[in-house]
Amino acid sequence: MQDRIKYWKGIEELENTPEFAKHAHNEFPEFLPINEARGESASTGLAAPRRDFLKLLGFGLAAATLASCEAPVRKAIPYLNKPVDVEPGVANWYASTYFNNGDFNSILVKTREGRPIKVEPNPSSTLTPMGTSPKAQASVLSLYDNNRLRTPLIKGKEAKWEQVDSEIRSALARVNGKVALVSSTVISPSTKQLINEFGAGLGNFEHVTYDPNSASALIGANGGVVPGYDFSKANIIVSISADFLGTWVAPIPFASQYIQKRKITAENSDMSRHYQFETIMSLTGANADVRVPIKPSEELAIATAIYNGLSGQGVNAPANVDKKALENAIRDLRANNGRALVVSGTNDPAVQTLVTAINKSLGAEGTTIDTASPYLVKQGNDAQMLRLIEEMNNGGVGAVFFYNANPVYDHPLADRVKSGLAKVALKVSFADRVEETAALVDYVTPDSHYLESWNDYEPKRGFLSLAQPVISPIFMTRQAQDSLLAWSGNKTTFYDYIRNNWRKGAAGTDAQWEKIVHDGVLENGTSMLALSPATAGTMTAADAAGRAPRAVAGGKVEAVVYEKVGIGTGSESNNPWLQEMADPITKATWDNYITMPRKMAEEMGVSQGNVLKVTYANGKTLELPALVQPGQAQGTVGIAMGYGRQLDSMPTAKGRGANAFPIATVADNGILFAGAVQLEKTGSTIEIAQTQTHHTIMDRIVVQENTLANYKANPKDVTTYVRIATHEGPAKPAAISLWDDYEYKNHHWGMVVDLNSCIGCGACTVSCQAENNIPVVGKEEVLMRREMHWMRIDRYYSAVEHEAKDYKTMEDPAENPSVIFQPMMCQHCNHAPCETVCPVAATMHSSEGLNQMAYNRCVGTRYCANNCPYKVRRFNWFAYTNNDKFDFNMNNDLGKMVLNPDVTVRSRGVMEKCSFCVQRIQLGKLEAKRESRRPVDGEIVTACAQSCPTNAIIFGDMLDPESRISKTLAREKGERAFHVLEEMNAQPNVTYLTKIRNLA
Amino acid sequence: MQHVSPIREPLVTGGKTYHDITEDVCRQVEAKPNARWAAALAVALVGLAIFLYSTYRTLWYGIGEWGLNKTVGWAWDITNFVWWVGIGHAGTLISAILLLFRQKWRTSINRAAEAMTIFAVICAAMFPVLHMGRPWLAYWVLPLPNTFGSLWVNFNSPLLWDVFAISTYFSVSLVFWYIGLIPDFATIRDRATGPIARRAYSILSMGWTGSAKAWSRHETVSLILAGLCTPLVLSVHTIVSMDFATSVIPGWHTTIFPPYFVAGAIFSGFAMVLTLMIITRKTFKLEDYITLEHVESMNKVIILTGSIVGVAYITEFFIAWYSGVEYEQYAFINRATGPYWWAYWSMMTCNVITPQLFWFRSIRRSLTATFIISIFVNIGMWFERFVIIVTSLHRDFLPSSWAMFSPTIIDIGVYVGTIGLFFTLFLLFAKFFPVINMFEVKAILKSSSEVKHHPNDAMHGTNKDSHTNTHP
Repeated sequence: MQDRIKYWKGIEELENTPEFAKHAHNEFPEFLPINEARGESASTGLAAPRRDFLKLLGFGLAAATLASCEAPVRKAIPYLNKPVDVEPGVANWYASTYFNNGDFNSILVKTREGRPIKVEPNPSSTLTPMGTSPKAQASVLSLYDNNRLRTPLIKGKEAKWEQVDSEIRSALARVNGKVALVSSTVISPSTKQLINEFGAGLGNFEHVTYDPNSASALIGANGGVVPGYDFSKANIIVSISADFLGTWVAPIPFASQYIQKRKITAENSDMSRHYQFETIMSLTGANADVRVPIKPSEELAIATAIYNGLSGQGVNAPANVDKKALENAIRDLRANNGRALVVSGTNDPAVQTLVTAINKSLGAEGTTIDTASPYLVKQGNDAQMLRLIEEMNNGGVGAVFFYNANPVYDHPLADRVKSGLAKVALKVSFADRVEETAALVDYVTPDSHYLESWNDYEPKRGFLSLAQPVISPIFMTRQAQDSLLAWSGNKTTFYDYIRNNWRKGAAGTDAQWEKIVHDGVLENGTSMLALSPATAGTMTAADAAGRAPRAVAGGKVEAVVYEKVGIGTGSESNNPWLQEMADPITKATWDNYITMPRKMAEEMGVSQGNVLKVTYANGKTLELPALVQPGQAQGTVGIAMGYGRQLDSMPTAKGRGANAFPIATVADNGILFAGAVQLEKTGSTIEIAQTQTHHTIMDRIVVQENTLANYKANPKDVTTYVRIATHEGPAKPAAISLWDDYEYKNHHWGMVVDLNSCIGCGACTVSCQAENNIPVVGKEEVLMRREMHWMRIDRYYSAVEHEAKDYKTMEDPAENPSVIFQPMMCQHCNHAPCETVCPVAATMHSSEGLNQMAYNRCVGTRYCANNCPYKVRRFNWFAYTNNDKFDFNMNNDLGKMVLNPDVTVRSRGVMEKCSFCVQRIQLGKLEAKRESRRPVDGEIVTACAQSCPTNAIIFGDMLDPESRISKTLAREKGERAFHVLEEMNAQPNVTYLTKIRNLA
Repeated sequence: MQHVSPIREPLVTGGKTYHDITEDVCRQVEAKPNARWAAALAVALVGLAIFLYSTYRTLWYGIGEWGLNKTVGWAWDITNFVWWVGIGHAGTLISAILLLFRQKWRTSINRAAEAMTIFAVICAAMFPVLHMGRPWLAYWVLPLPNTFGSLWVNFNSPLLWDVFAISTYFSVSLVFWYIGLIPDFATIRDRATGPIARRAYSILSMGWTGSAKAWSRHETVSLILAGLCTPLVLSVHTIVSMDFATSVIPGWHTTIFPPYFVAGAIFSGFAMVLTLMIITRKTFKLEDYITLEHVESMNKVIILTGSIVGVAYITEFFIAWYSGVEYEQYAFINRATGPYWWAYWSMMTCNVITPQLFWFRSIRRSLTATFIISIFVNIGMWFERFVIIVTSLHRDFLPSSWAMFSPTIIDIGVYVGTIGLFFTLFLLFAKFFPVINMFEVKAILKSSSEVKHHPNDAMHGTNKDSHTNTHP
């Protein structure tokens, strides 16, 4: 090899010093001046920034990873000193009372670890012994409403109670003019007395009772009270627009009376006959044997016809009204003197005067009307309120207090209320949140929830019911009565006030008092409530009968504003359970709408969901989607009240529907919830979220009904039993089963649903939701047909007349259909189609006949739901807890306090369904076992059965021959007992009893 | 060598030699990707991206992202599943059953058809997992020993049978396909010039030497696997049909389902093979291997299976009427005249009426007509599954629960996405794997191709012009 000439890079290379040799392979022998570039000197100790950077990077990544892994710390802190009556895991029950706008329920409240979680009926009450209303069931959730006020407000700013008290006291001391307290009906004797005392200290004081949906005309025609109706004594019931099972006066007591004459057996087949003349299809109308649609302007004519007919004159029915039905009603009424009852829900004094006269002539007083014991639940006086509004506008009112009253929202003259309020110096509201009226007052002094308060109630003369706090106030709220006491300078608490008040009467001794508090009710005839003297109506029946019917201008449509069973007048419309409860009739959730008859919809070219503009006589308008409602009287529409909230304090109700209160007409010093309107199409569409969109039974025998005449003739001939053709002739489906039967050795749980008793109110659905932690999913998901209710009430209309197999036609409900309700929940089939198809055996049969779901085994294939003939399984399409997309009670810590700790909260992706309240079964068995006995019949009862106001659901052990269910099944076998889809041979443990109609 | 009647049309045209076959098939594996292929892959990758996004939404937020509801618990998910499984039937049928029936014409299409099977089953398998509420627990459907106590799967459930049927089918098909690929991989390996290609194909060919012993074992294994596959062709769709047939839902609860589903599966599988092969032969210039004779043979299978399916549709209606069962009768009347009538009549038109055009020889041998009809059949078979699943569920027993189903954008995304996934896989296969089974085609070259040295050339009864040797 030849030597090459070598070139040096520098003198160092030539010399090849040891130092050079050391760094020869190193391109950058010194550290690069990175730190200098960053503005730091290389001598600050950050000599190896790249390495440090990598270290920091590593640390940062590790820290971020760890931080994201860390679970929030939730401490379970044991009691240091355990409260005497709080036993973890054991429920405590307290008697209390729910009362809201006539809806009265004596209740028991279940508390777990100090939190109320469930409302049940108080069986000691004879007024509401069986069940509760849906609103009462849902009321426990309102307690945990995150939007309630946490402190009192002064002009919208949070304040201290001391400051509020001193300011209000000094304002009251220098008040100029009248002091008015506007409240909804007060049936608390002690509260009423306290209000009177509060007023006495002020001198110029008036207590104005204002109910948004008042019964002014009714009580005006009956000496200031609602007559003591007793539907259980009536063989013939005629109702003119009174929804007494759903919303009118006191629906729960009425329903429990009504049903006593509807429950029948082959031995005792006495059954009342119920005629209903009404405009909208109400819950009561749906239960009527004979239902006649009428316009609101025809109510007077109907009442007059009955009045005249009873006195033997000819029946003069309005045109378009079924005259035959009216004649039959009059014939039946005449034949049942002393056993008949006529009621009317209208606020027209003339009609009510006539109805009172009719009842008198029928001998109802003392028989079907208990004259000694009227109902006190509706005392609202429209005239008084209208007068107060004028006085406020005239500047004659110096101070006004609102207690359970929100006239800025729910009075038809809301604008006048607003202008009047501007002229009042001192305005105070006891509202629990900044609602429409509270937004315009100086002081909001939030009232505690009823479950945080003491109170007493007298819903019916001589029937007393008590409310006690079951939790100490969650927020800095104060019971309205305590506020009144404080402002009147009284140092006692309201509890002491009640106690003292009762000491004068029934609870002289502490022992008596404690018993009353324990029982919750006292029904020995003692009356404590003093009513202010009523202004008796001056109209005579002859006057009323001679009146001309209210004129309706040609081309106009008559509109009725009605109450929905769930939302009522809207005072609890922020309750997600009530918003998502399917309306018993329309099965719609979350919105209100315009119900109209199909003929009108066709004439106007309107289909369901098309938005219509409604123009009132007073020029106001609202826009709502149309809903085609079978049974709606021709030429009329119905709009539910209680919607159209625009408040941030009601996020659940905000923007839902439109407010219908302004439609109500002020006439004759009263408010009439009917009026003439004009309808126009707008061209837009709002979808209505219904849980049921198909309304006829398609000639299938999924739900069965027959007539009383047939039942009396042969009770064995009222139910159709499907038989399967075999080569040996027709056989019972169960007889040709391929499957082996289960053997039940200990218990065999079952349920019987009496379709004759079910009025379809929906209390069971809300009760089930509360008991079983069922999530609320919101309107969008209901529109997707994904509501989670484990229990639903199927509502079917009879179809228009059609040929057999004419499937297209039989989809259409009749113009005035008969209605049947069918509560539907998991049938707990003995040969369950769902059980065989689950690949992971997440749903299986228990040794006691239950079809069980193991949520944590479920992988969510939904095969079980597909294969369920009853479609009762519900799937968790999303995570419904801790999910901002479902911002209801399960998305905040307060709302979650309502959850039942005995029931798993289901995760996303699992199937769920009715469990027959297995947690209650287990609890009952455990308690019996601890006492070394078998569970007693009636001790274990499902939530739906317990809350049913008509006792339509019987739950029990079918192996116990003495149980109610065994006896019912034995009695009804081959008569009314049937299984839905028996030919599927799923062999359900739920049995239905055929509905019987007492047709005229 | 087997005797082949001289009046049969040749299966390989163009007077190919053994070397021509190798050259023709290896050409696209060895050449640079062409622009048309790259463009097609780009479109397929867009589909794959749609699939990934829709899957992310489904997995992250829940099945609620789809349009399902309390009444219709399955819709597009299981429709797509059954559709893909059906498409995945042709490959195995061609390879296994036609092998047993000694149908020589299968050799040039079986490779691609089998690949299509594998990819279709991959697409199908996405749905049983994705449609679960809690897919991260999907392994619970396997009978694994576990620490949960005596917890076991439910052997009564047809869904569990599905798990076994699909996984068996997939694994056997995959092995069968791969075994068949080995000699061809070795050919490519031996020709490969680039280091990566040589390395990759030598791994793929698993040390294939081509010795007589190796060939003998290869033949034996192929035959055994063909034997294994044959019952699987029938069993997979039989079991899939039992998801429906063993239920109680009117429109599902039908004993006719197993044969009807198998026929439908072959029907749709052949249609998909035709769709793909017509494109492939054009793109890769394989007209001499996938000839009109192939297309015509497959069209004959389509007309047979299409007619079976048509008879099944009519039988269902007859039985519904004959049974006298209210719910059954309504289910079928509702299919034809209810709110989903358009789906039913789309199915009838695409599946029953259009394939009947294949009775005409000219249509049977027209590539354009075949391509269009094969697309129709693909659409029709998708509608068949949609009709069975959705129209049966949406109106079953209790009218109170009747509901409508409409898909969400995510439903559509998952479906379109699996098509993207399928074509991504197929395009990669077509580029990097030999799309035609070289060694098998070579095996039939002498017995069934138009070669000049054939002694009885003059005895051919068919038109000479149609298979003239165009090679110089």
